[in-house]
Amino acid sequence: MKNKFKFSEGLKKYTMVIVLAFVVILFTVNTGGKMLLPQNVNNLIAQNAYVFILATGMLFCILTGGNIDLSVGSLVCFIGAIGGTMMITFGINPYVSLLAMAIIGVLAGAWQGFWIAYVRIPPFIVTLAGMLMFRGLSNVVLQGMTLSPIPNPFLSLFNSYVPDIFGMEGFNLTCFLIGIIACLGFFVMELLGRRRRQQKGYHVDPLLGTIIKLSLISIVILAFMYKLAMYKGIPNALIWVTVVIGIYSYITSKTTTGRYFYAVGGNEKATRLSGIDTNKVYFLAYLNMGFLAAVAGMITVARLNSANPTAGNNYEMDAIGACFIGGASAYGGTGTVPGVIVGATLMGVLNLGMSIMGVDQNLQKVVKGAVLMAAVIFDVVSKRKSFIAKQ
Amino acid sequence: MREAPSKNNGKGGVILAKILLEMKNITKTFPGVKVLSDVNLQVEEGEIHALVGENGAGKSTLMNVLSGIYPYGSYEGDIIYDGQICEFHYINDSENKGIVIIHQELAMVPYMTIAENMYLGNEKGKKYAIDWNETYGEADRYLKTVGLTESSHTLIKDISVGKQQLVEIAKALAKRAKLLILDEPTASLNEDDSKALLELLLKFKKEGMTSIIISHKLNEIAYVADKITILRDGQTIETLDRNVDTISEDRIIKGMVGRELVDRFPKRHDVKIGEMAMEVENWNAYHPLYSDHKVVSDVSFHVKKGEVLGICGLMGAGRTELAMSIFGKSYGANISGTVRIHGEEVKLNSVKEAIGHKLAYVTEDRKGNGLILGNPIKINTTLANLKAISHRTIIDKDKEFGVAQEYRDKLKTKCSSVEQNVGNLSGGNQQKVLLSKWMFAEPDILILDEPTRGIDVGAKYEIYCIINRLAAEGKSVIMISSELPEVLGMSDRIYIMNEGKMVGEISAEEATQEKIMACILKSDQHSEGILGTPKERAKQQEGE
Repeated sequence: MKNKFKFSEGLKKYTMVIVLAFVVILFTVNTGGKMLLPQNVNNLIAQNAYVFILATGMLFCILTGGNIDLSVGSLVCFIGAIGGTMMITFGINPYVSLLAMAIIGVLAGAWQGFWIAYVRIPPFIVTLAGMLMFRGLSNVVLQGMTLSPIPNPFLSLFNSYVPDIFGMEGFNLTCFLIGIIACLGFFVMELLGRRRRQQKGYHVDPLLGTIIKLSLISIVILAFMYKLAMYKGIPNALIWVTVVIGIYSYITSKTTTGRYFYAVGGNEKATRLSGIDTNKVYFLAYLNMGFLAAVAGMITVARLNSANPTAGNNYEMDAIGACFIGGASAYGGTGTVPGVIVGATLMGVLNLGMSIMGVDQNLQKVVKGAVLMAAVIFDVVSKRKSFIAKQ
Repeated sequence: MREAPSKNNGKGGVILAKILLEMKNITKTFPGVKVLSDVNLQVEEGEIHALVGENGAGKSTLMNVLSGIYPYGSYEGDIIYDGQICEFHYINDSENKGIVIIHQELAMVPYMTIAENMYLGNEKGKKYAIDWNETYGEADRYLKTVGLTESSHTLIKDISVGKQQLVEIAKALAKRAKLLILDEPTASLNEDDSKALLELLLKFKKEGMTSIIISHKLNEIAYVADKITILRDGQTIETLDRNVDTISEDRIIKGMVGRELVDRFPKRHDVKIGEMAMEVENWNAYHPLYSDHKVVSDVSFHVKKGEVLGICGLMGAGRTELAMSIFGKSYGANISGTVRIHGEEVKLNSVKEAIGHKLAYVTEDRKGNGLILGNPIKINTTLANLKAISHRTIIDKDKEFGVAQEYRDKLKTKCSSVEQNVGNLSGGNQQKVLLSKWMFAEPDILILDEPTRGIDVGAKYEIYCIINRLAAEGKSVIMISSELPEVLGMSDRIYIMNEGKMVGEISAEEATQEKIMACILKSDQHSEGILGTPKERAKQQEGE
C-alpha cells in the first residue's frame, strides 16, 4: 500500500521527465533516427541556449507569485543592438562592449524592478510597456538596419567549440572525458552527501533508488556527450548555459535569498511578517531577469552573427512556456531550476523534431500551445480533488 | 399558514401571534468542532429580534444556515418559514422567499453606481438587455425609503460607510425582503449613522417588516429589540421578551458569560515577575486606507519579565491593530507613540528591527499571515530566523532539519515528518508550527494574537502549557484573546480594549467575566452615548 502511494507520487514528480523521454522516442522513431544525429543534438543546444537562460531568470519572476516578464524578447534585441553598434559602428573593444551590454541589462532590469517592487505597478503592465519601449529603442539604435558581421573575439566566446586536446579523428575525446568526469563527480558528491546525512542520523532515500536515479542521469549525460563528441565537441554556448544553470539552481536550493523567493510566492504577508523585505525580493527578480536577458542577448547576437531589430521576437513566450511546462506554479511559490530545464528541453525537442519531420510552422505552434495548456491544466488540477473548480 | 400560539414564557401571558420563522434543533458541525448544538429560534412576524452572544457563540453560523450559505443537508434540524419546512440550497432560495441577510462586511463594488450595486445579480429588464431606466428609477425610490438623498447614479466609493450600509438595506428591500437579517450593522458606523439606522429599523417595524439583528452593542439592542435570544458556545441559553422580562444590560451580560469555569488551564508554579520588559506610551495608529479613521487611540501599557499579560476585548476593538503597529509598523498609517524595551527607547520601523529587538508577533490569522501552507514544516519553522541556520547566506539544510525536529518534539506537533506540508496539518498543529517559528526566533517578548482560535480543547491545553513554560523562562507573553475564560485563566494582569482605546486594567485576582464584559459594554455607551437611558432617550426625541 505504502509502496503504491510512493509510486504515484514519483509519477507526479517526474511526469515531465517521462513525457520528455516519450517525446524523444516518438520523434526518433518518426524521423527514422535523424532526431538523434550528432548534428541535431548539437543544434538542440545551440538553438535553445537562450531559452535555458531566459527561462532560468523567468523562474524567479514566476516564483514571486506567477508574475511574468513580457519584455525579455525586446530586451534581448535591445542589448544586441547596443552591443552591435558599439562593436561594429564605433569599433569598440568586444570585451568592453560585453561589459556594457551586461550593465545595460542590469539597468533595464532595475528600471522595471523599481516600478514593480516599490511602486507596485502590476508586472504585466510594466513589462508590456518595456516590451514596446525596448523594441522601439532597438530600432532607433540600429536605425532599422542589420549590423554584421560581429568581430571574431566576440563570436568565439559564444559560438565556437571547446578545443580538443587529443586531436582524434572524428571523435572529440576531450568532450567525452569531461562527460565521464562530470558523471563521476556527480556520483561521488551525491553518495558522500548521503553518507554524511546518514552519519548525522538524518533521513536518507534508499540506496538502491539513489543509485538507479544517479545511473539514469549519468547515462543520459554520457549519451549526450558521446553525441556531441561525434560532432564538434562541446559548444561554448553549453558552457554558458551550464554555468548559469549551476549558479541559479544553487541559489534557489541552498541560499537564504533563494528561500525568500519561494516564501514570497507561497505567502507574501507571512513572509513580510517574518522580517523579510518582500519589495527587495520583487526588485531582485526583475533586476536579475534584466541581467540574464543581457546574457541571452550576447548569445543571440553571436549566433545570428548580427545585430538586427527583429531579433528576440517571442523569446519571452518560449521562456514563460518552459517555466510552466517545467512545473512552476502559475500562482507562484513552486518550481525548480531542474524542472525548468526539463521544460525548456521539451520545448526545444518539440521544435527540433517537428522541424525535422517537416511539420508546418503553423501546426507547430498549435502543438506547442497544446502542450503548454496541458502542462498547466495538469499542474492546477492535480493539486485539488475535483476537475471543475468549486465556487 | 400557521397560527401558532406564542410560547408560554413561564410568567403567564399567552399571546397569539404569527410565528414567521422557527429554527428547530439546529446542529452544525465543522470538521472536529460542533459550532451549533440544538439551537432553537422563534421569530414572530413584525418584531425586531436580537441575537446576542460572545465572539464564536454561533450567531453568524446560525444566520448562514438560515440564508442557505450552509446548504440544506450540511446541518441537522428544521427551518420552518411561513409555515413551511424549507430546504435552502443556495442563497437565492432563501432570498426568493424574502429572507435577506446583510453581512457585517459590506459587499459592494466600489466603482459601480449605487443602482448597479443594488441590482447586481438581480438585474432589471430582459435577459439580454438591462433596463437602465427602470433600474435607476426603482433604485431612487428605495433610496428615498431608507432616507438617502443621493442619486442612484453616485459611485459607491464616493459615499460614506454609513450610507453604504443604508444602500445595503435598500438593496435588501429591492429584493422584496420580508425578513431582514442584519449582522453587526452598526459595527463600522459612527454615532449619528448608527442612530439613523436604528430609527429606520423601528420605522420598518411599524410597516410590518420582521428583522433579526446581531449586535455587540447592548445599548442599541436594549433600544430596538422586542425579544433577545442569547447564544453561548453554540447553544441557546434563553430568550428574553421585552414585555415580560426587564431587559437590562447586566441581565444580558449574565446570560452571555454565565459559564462554569472548569479547570481547563494548567497551573503555574513559582510565578516570578521580574523587571520591566516593554513599555508602550501614547500609541496611536490610523487605518491604512481611511486616513481619518483612528484605529488605535492613545494606548499605553507595559509588560514585565515572566509575566503573562492578557489583552481582551471584542472583535474590532483594535487589539490586533495595536500589536501589528508596534511590531515593525506592519499595520496602519501615521503611527505615533513611544516604545521602551528594557528601559531604552527604540524605533521599530520594520519587522526586521522588531525581531532584532527580540520581539515576536504570532498572528491570529495563521493561514493568511502566518504560515506558508504549501511549504513543509521545516521551512516554516526557520523562516523568521534563517540567519541561525545559514552561514554567509548558504542554508545548512541538515541543521534546518534538526531545528525543525527539535521544535516538533518540544511542542509535540503531530505530523508524519517535518517534511510534511503545513497545509495538511490540523489547526492545532498548524498553531504549534507557528509557535515554533517564533520561538526559534528567540524573542524576549511574545505577542500571541488569539493563540487558540479554532483549535480543539486538547491542543488548547498544550498551548497553554507552552505559554506558561515561556513565562517561566523569563519571557514576557502578551496574549490577545476574545475568549474571556482563557484570558482569566492564563493572565497575571489584564487590559481591556474597546474601540481602539484601553478602557480598563485589572489584576487577575480581581477579574471576573462579568466585570470585564461590563467594562467593555459600558465603555461603548460612554464613547457613543447615542441612546443612553430611556429618560435621556425621551429627552433626545423631544429635542428633535
